[in-house]
Amino acid sequence: MKRSSPGAWLAIILGVTYFLAPLIATFEFSLRLKRGEYSFEAYRLVFESGNFQSSFLYSTTVALATIVIGVALAVPTAYWVQLRLPRLRGLVEFITLLPLVIPAIVLVFGYIRLYDSSSVLPLTGSAFGTNILLTLGYVGLAMPYMYRSVDTGLRAIDVRTLTEAAESQGANWPTILLKVILPNIRSAILSGAFLTFAIVIGEFTFASLLNRPAFGPYLQLIGASRAYEPAALAVMAFAITWACMGLIQLIGRGAPGAQDTR
Amino acid sequence: MTFLNLAGVQKSYGANAVVRNFDLDVTRGEFVTFLGPSGCGKTTTLRMIAGFETPSAGEIRIEGRDITGLRANKRNIGMVFQAYALFPNMTVADNVGFGLKVAGRAAPEIKSRVDEMLEMIKLPHLRDRYPYQLSGGQQQRVSLARALAPSPQILLLDEPLSALDARIRVSLREEIRALQRKLGITTIFVTHDQEEALSMSDRIVVMNDGAIEQIGAPFEIYNLPRTRFVASFIGTLNVLDAAVIDPKSGTIDIEGNKVFAARGLENARAGETRAVALRPEAVRIGPGGEGRNTLEGVIEDVVFLGSVVRVRMRLKQNALLIDTFNDSAAPPPSRGQSAQVNFSRNDLIVLADR
Repeated sequence: MKRSSPGAWLAIILGVTYFLAPLIATFEFSLRLKRGEYSFEAYRLVFESGNFQSSFLYSTTVALATIVIGVALAVPTAYWVQLRLPRLRGLVEFITLLPLVIPAIVLVFGYIRLYDSSSVLPLTGSAFGTNILLTLGYVGLAMPYMYRSVDTGLRAIDVRTLTEAAESQGANWPTILLKVILPNIRSAILSGAFLTFAIVIGEFTFASLLNRPAFGPYLQLIGASRAYEPAALAVMAFAITWACMGLIQLIGRGAPGAQDTR
Repeated sequence: MTFLNLAGVQKSYGANAVVRNFDLDVTRGEFVTFLGPSGCGKTTTLRMIAGFETPSAGEIRIEGRDITGLRANKRNIGMVFQAYALFPNMTVADNVGFGLKVAGRAAPEIKSRVDEMLEMIKLPHLRDRYPYQLSGGQQQRVSLARALAPSPQILLLDEPLSALDARIRVSLREEIRALQRKLGITTIFVTHDQEEALSMSDRIVVMNDGAIEQIGAPFEIYNLPRTRFVASFIGTLNVLDAAVIDPKSGTIDIEGNKVFAARGLENARAGETRAVALRPEAVRIGPGGEGRNTLEGVIEDVVFLGSVVRVRMRLKQNALLIDTFNDSAAPPPSRGQSAQVNFSRNDLIVLADR
């Protein structure tokens, strides 16, 4: 058996310490609201706060809407690129990567200028319009993750043959997409959905500059005025993200046909 | 009466013509095989019948109705794919019932038809399994049941046996043929395996470089190949150059040996060179008697294959392969020995191309 070198162990210990020490310290700090004892008082206060509940609910709703629109855009696009327009793959990948290249602050200022109350489409003129703008902005922001997840899922199955098999059985395009393609990339879509959820739930720039009551600005507000609650919120945000990652793993492993997609 | 008709069908990708002037009439219930090497256009032709490719020119008709521009899902043509193409998210029963569900049939009807199909492929006990839980042969049977469940007017099989091991391949091809005969469904089968084509088909369409080389029954294709390509593609064949001496009497010269051909020289002229073909099993070792042709040469190699002994005899330029049955009473000739071989005039095939 190969013996691991002390250097490798040192690198692992350094890495683990680098990632876990701040988390453990934050968690430990979040428990110290009551002087002289450890308690979950900070967590209780956070949960009882009306602003926490409303901002979390708002961000969850926006995240779900973002996921639905993102899936509706990414799945047919990736499917058509793979099936009929493979030559456009490079261009589409470049476009879906743009939100990673352009800073969120630039994007949101662009949106505000384009959709202000004097424009043809004055989305920022009403709360509902701004909610739509925020959701569509998040669709763009999460697109690199959603598109890649879906594309990876599609590459793992024989899209062309499955499509032709369904067509020869009399199925039309909507049936093929809904009954054959979507169920077979379910775990890929869920991966994209959970990543989108994790991005949207903690996003600050878009929500703050569009003045929406989202979870990100709430986190910032609490952080500026309280000591222990932000630490509790940070730990909760990590827990939500990890739960999402865990679900991706779980669902990916349990999907029917996951062992062999041929 | 013609059931499926392909008239002047062509397919080009840019300047590259992959199928050229394809004309074929298939009668109802016939089993026709497209046979040819990779890239000969057989799968493209099948895909045009299925509706997955649009012909660049020509027409495809079923019972006289033009379906050339009809979408694949409107053609009522069942297809079995090389890679099985079962839907991984569905059980065996759901896969078989998919087409019926799409057609909006009632649930009891779907169940009864699925049961019937699973009985037909002898896999009723696997109805709740997923495709990844099945062997390759089982997956292909399910694929066949799925294709047949909606009662298609034509069944297309795109190299369905290629991905299976040799033993399963033989048993499944017998099953497919038996099912096809039982159901009487018009079937087009694509393969590059000549044994599959010869054993299963009513007729074989031999294709090369996008065009039809020959259409005929297996017996005809094997025994009377029209071109050098067909002759060399189907089985083992000796192809020799011969000089025409007298077309009327069928006299030709093969490397100094005067021999006779029973047919094939009707349009030939004296003095021209023609390619002739001879099956190894049609040649016998020893001098020929009355009405038989004789060639002389030197034994170059003898390979003992069990029931068959393959002998290679050198003429002057060409070598001739001879297959003889093993006979314990008559040992095969030795290498270096001079020998005579003989064959019937009827077995000498004069090829149309040179």
